[in-house]
Amino acid sequence: MEQTRSQSAKFDGSARYSKMFSRLNEVEQGAFVPFVMLGDPEPETSFEIIKALIEGGADALELGIPYSDPIADGPTIQKASIRALKSKVRPGDCFEIISKVRAEFPDIPIGLLLYSNLVLAKGVDEFYLSASKAGVDSILIADVPLREADRFINIAKAHNIQQILIAPPNASDETLSAIGDKSAGYTYLLGRAGVTGAETAADVPAKALIDKLQQYQVAPPLLGFGISTPEQVKTAIQSGAAGAISGSATVNIIEKHLDDKPAMLSALKAFVQSMKAATQK
Amino acid sequence: MNKLDTKFGDFGGMYVPELLIPALDQLEQAFLDAKDDPGFQEEFMSLLKDYAGRPTAMTLSRNLVSNPKVKLYLKREDLLHGGAHKTNQVLGQALLTKRMGKKEVIAETGAGQHGVATALACALLGLKARIYMGAKDVERQAPNVFRMRLMGAEVIPVDSGSGTLKDAVNEAMRDWSATYDKAHYLLGTAAGPHPFPTIVREYHRMIGEETRAQIMEKEGRLPDAVVACVGGGSNAIGMFADFIDEPDVRLIGVEPAGKGVHTKEHGATICTGTKGILHGAFTFIMQDHDGQIEESYSVSAGLDYPAVGPQHAYLHDIGRAEYFAVTDTEALNAFQLLARKEGIIPALESSHALAHALNMAEEAEEETIIVVNLSGRGDKDLAHVTKILGDKL
Repeated sequence: MEQTRSQSAKFDGSARYSKMFSRLNEVEQGAFVPFVMLGDPEPETSFEIIKALIEGGADALELGIPYSDPIADGPTIQKASIRALKSKVRPGDCFEIISKVRAEFPDIPIGLLLYSNLVLAKGVDEFYLSASKAGVDSILIADVPLREADRFINIAKAHNIQQILIAPPNASDETLSAIGDKSAGYTYLLGRAGVTGAETAADVPAKALIDKLQQYQVAPPLLGFGISTPEQVKTAIQSGAAGAISGSATVNIIEKHLDDKPAMLSALKAFVQSMKAATQK
Repeated sequence: MNKLDTKFGDFGGMYVPELLIPALDQLEQAFLDAKDDPGFQEEFMSLLKDYAGRPTAMTLSRNLVSNPKVKLYLKREDLLHGGAHKTNQVLGQALLTKRMGKKEVIAETGAGQHGVATALACALLGLKARIYMGAKDVERQAPNVFRMRLMGAEVIPVDSGSGTLKDAVNEAMRDWSATYDKAHYLLGTAAGPHPFPTIVREYHRMIGEETRAQIMEKEGRLPDAVVACVGGGSNAIGMFADFIDEPDVRLIGVEPAGKGVHTKEHGATICTGTKGILHGAFTFIMQDHDGQIEESYSVSAGLDYPAVGPQHAYLHDIGRAEYFAVTDTEALNAFQLLARKEGIIPALESSHALAHALNMAEEAEEETIIVVNLSGRGDKDLAHVTKILGDKL
């Protein structure tokens, strides 16, 4: 009861995340959220990829904007960035793709995941405005830790966007408590140390960490980093996560089928279906 | 929360994944504890003196300057063990690594000078070093790769991105985010997230302190200007630190203009750059309109970096330090001039500082004392310079 009250007191932005979590609670499911890089391998296919993910049953989307120096990403997502940049994809093109998705799918929560310099280059306020206009619900900046986040959180609120914060496995109580105060939308719970990639599997989050997240009343935690199988999704949800995010495993499917778009789209759809099926509690 | 200021004005900060914050906090704490620990200070000082060869000499140039009103001194970091100033702060951070109970060291290197310094310190102190180096640089700097391996370091070529220094930094940070429990990231310049810019400055500040003592002894007064080259900015901040509160001493940083600051091929981030975030710090960087990082260029690999230490950005912003840019050609001229007139072969990096100081010397109308930080020696550059100058000598 108390948790519910606290959650409802949090900044709710477009309310798409809170509606999603309520809907999933009713049917006793966790969320499955795939990540792909916008514009990978080029804008048109990228849009079709996103549609395939939604058709496969994605509950929400996590979308990247390609960047030259992605320090939190492993080889798979680095390569996705490079493919998109080679196709001359710019942030403006990414917002166009998002607008198209939003027009067709008015209810699905859309999160952006990117690096700070892309936000600064456009001007923080201008960037969040563009994101909001395109229909973005949340923004996670991979290289903005809590300590540097206030300025972004304030501007995000002004544009009705939820700033997503990361809870790493090594977070101090001080950090978790601050995430409790400031998180909105969802909390990105890191499954392990390191960078993104399916090469190293996520650890099952320690019960103690999940308990602490609840104690500090953080926004619902989605487990990410190293999630590539339905079994991992199941375990994540069993151990108390509100869902799971899978990036590199999804992007690997794109990379594998670059020469055969129909095969790529059907493989993506099948992957999401299998991951989504594992979210039933 | 942090115990030290993480920013210089608006510049600096800790723009890194949340995951790295505990490791950076641990480093800040270790640095502060070490500062108050006489045992640590004693060991550091003794290594600097007996192993690295501090204090380094300060040489009054005899033949270089024709203007009789000007005295040009060279602070001889080129004489330090390892061949450049880099050894100073690497010894300090290697001691911190041991203090934190870590046995592994991660480092990045461009031309290989920081890699060599890291390798020697790790060999001496029994640490295991792995050094990321752009694949292109591994090819271009074969002798330094051999030096590092000879001293027991593992050199890991980086193919991602452009295969140069910035990509080596990216890869080192990626490694560190998985291994911070047992490894220290020994960053090689006064850039990156807090506390690196502060630690690197403090572990190089003896350059300026010695300069002060030496010039007082020789001239009985402070210099009118200290001049140092700026890539990331470590030797310059080491020279500047002790003079920041002396308003009569001009602090002059010299950036690489490469083929000209109006071309795309340069590394003069302060002189031409725009503000942004790279490798954990808000500072001047080279970028396109969207914020994608652009490649820098300089004849001297040690200045070839598309960002700059945040304290330099701040000193520029408040007008305390002045930054100029010197082209490849001007630096190569100064390189040859110092060899011919004084019998000293400087590093191409340091040749940038010298080139600017020689311009200042020519233009001076009053009695002027200038100290150039000769940050390294040029042995490492001989093959490269031979290729450029060929038989023109």
